[in-house]
Amino acid sequence: MISRRAHFVVAIVLAAGLGPIGVFAQGRGEAPGPPTAKADAPFDLTGYWVSVITEDWRYRMVTPAKGDYQGLGMLNPAAMKVAARWDPDADEKAGEQCKSYGAASILRVPGRIHITWADDNTLRLEFDAGMQKRAFHFGSAVTKSADRSWQGDSVARWEVPRGRGRAGGPPPPKFDSLKVVTTNLRAGYLRKNGVPYSEGAVVTDYFDLIPQGAREPLLVVTTIVEDPEYLTQPFIVSTQFRRQGDARGWDPTPCSATW
Amino acid sequence: MFGDMVTAMPIVNRFRTSTAVAGLIVVMTAAASRTASAQVELAGSWAARNHEDALERGGGPYAVDYTGIPLNDDARLRALSYSASQLSMIERQCSLWAQYYLVTGPFGMKISNETDPIDGSTIAWKIGGWEDRAPMTIWMDGRPHPSKYAIHERGGFTTGAWEGSTLVATTTHMKASSIRRNGTPTSDEATMVTSFIRHADVLTVLVVVEDPIYLTEPVMYSKSFELDTSPQMPIGPPCVAGYEGVDDRQVPHFLPGTNPSISEMTELYHIPREALMGGAETMYPEYRKKMKDGFVRPEKCVRNCGGPR
Repeated sequence: MISRRAHFVVAIVLAAGLGPIGVFAQGRGEAPGPPTAKADAPFDLTGYWVSVITEDWRYRMVTPAKGDYQGLGMLNPAAMKVAARWDPDADEKAGEQCKSYGAASILRVPGRIHITWADDNTLRLEFDAGMQKRAFHFGSAVTKSADRSWQGDSVARWEVPRGRGRAGGPPPPKFDSLKVVTTNLRAGYLRKNGVPYSEGAVVTDYFDLIPQGAREPLLVVTTIVEDPEYLTQPFIVSTQFRRQGDARGWDPTPCSATW
Repeated sequence: MFGDMVTAMPIVNRFRTSTAVAGLIVVMTAAASRTASAQVELAGSWAARNHEDALERGGGPYAVDYTGIPLNDDARLRALSYSASQLSMIERQCSLWAQYYLVTGPFGMKISNETDPIDGSTIAWKIGGWEDRAPMTIWMDGRPHPSKYAIHERGGFTTGAWEGSTLVATTTHMKASSIRRNGTPTSDEATMVTSFIRHADVLTVLVVVEDPIYLTEPVMYSKSFELDTSPQMPIGPPCVAGYEGVDDRQVPHFLPGTNPSISEMTELYHIPREALMGGAETMYPEYRKKMKDGFVRPEKCVRNCGGPR
């Protein structure tokens, strides 16, 4: 026969032992899935974001000269050949003026992003620079487009936290980052001066919201471009944006190969 | 089975068992708390990926390139008076390398953690120094920052806390330095908030620097690292002064209007001089449009062109 005291002791031990594990399991996403990506958003990405250009200024704020490949030691000989043939006027005439506005490089183009939910499982990003649009599709029902495009097909998911909650404290957020993988791209430029990526490139973006106390939060996007045709190792950059409360400065401007 | 054991014990032993179980609960709770203080593993060797700002992080920036830095007028005047020969002064030999050099410099990181021997919790994260940047200790044990009157040191004083899966570290008590390695000044009142954001084997570090003396708004830099199986060695010794045969009673400098490098980037890259003087305006997209009509793209790169070796 088990005494009441023993029941009590065992119950406490189990509660103490399983509590954190339960929190961990929840954090790792083992609980039933959320109804929609929109409902499950761990943070609000919607609204207007402005580029803060403190890095690569010479390559982003003006069009760099032909042959300026600083930081691009991962280019292979095939990439160098393509870059050496860069002719922005020819791109304009060929209707290819958006080659430096594709998914691998659009976040580096100075401008503003307007983020909205297109539906419960699709996040839409509109860029005023180049008037581009990206659609981040959550869930497993993402279909590949018939045609390649500058912005390709993007599959998104909220990333789970990589730690446990605190015992006795509130459970951790179920997700804390947005991961987006983009494929099915038209070949474009990593840098405006003709440094190429191929249509086989895979672009992975991580979106992280970084609070700034009383100031508007920052959005940090870590972009990883893998391209077996032109890169000997992944190209990795991180780009900052600051949230702004309204549409001021929103200025849709068509792509330009020459500026 | 546990219940049977309890039932079979004399009352005095049950009391001891209960006490032991209570102790076990305390230990388990402590263990759970410990995991909260180390939410993401950061320890290891992290190789730098200098795919952006490669020249600035590597060989160093041009002498007069303040683009994208929200300098105020005082800072600009002081930057234009700066001569790199100041590094040959013993008392200024380390002046260019504050903690923000972690993301504006070329090297990787060796991160380790100091743990409590009793409960295993992380007392501090440690980022090894470089030959010129001081090591950084990020205190995680809740200790306060020193008094504002306390001494300022090269490494500053840093405390950290987890915000979700991001380690956020706040650094104060740094020495006056330079936000870019060309004399763009920061004062000893500058503070820095560093966010460590890990995604699988990629670690992105965001640094936001505020300085009420020289910056009109915060300036930010980020840099990505990849987990590396080769050790990233914290290296030393600290910076060493050069010798230029200059009278040690002089501070090398340029008087207003005499900086010889002021036109260098305009000649090489056609960047307007006004843009080179920096200011908050140069951080935002409107400035690109402002330059559009006057900018003529150089035909080809002639210096510091990078690319594969």
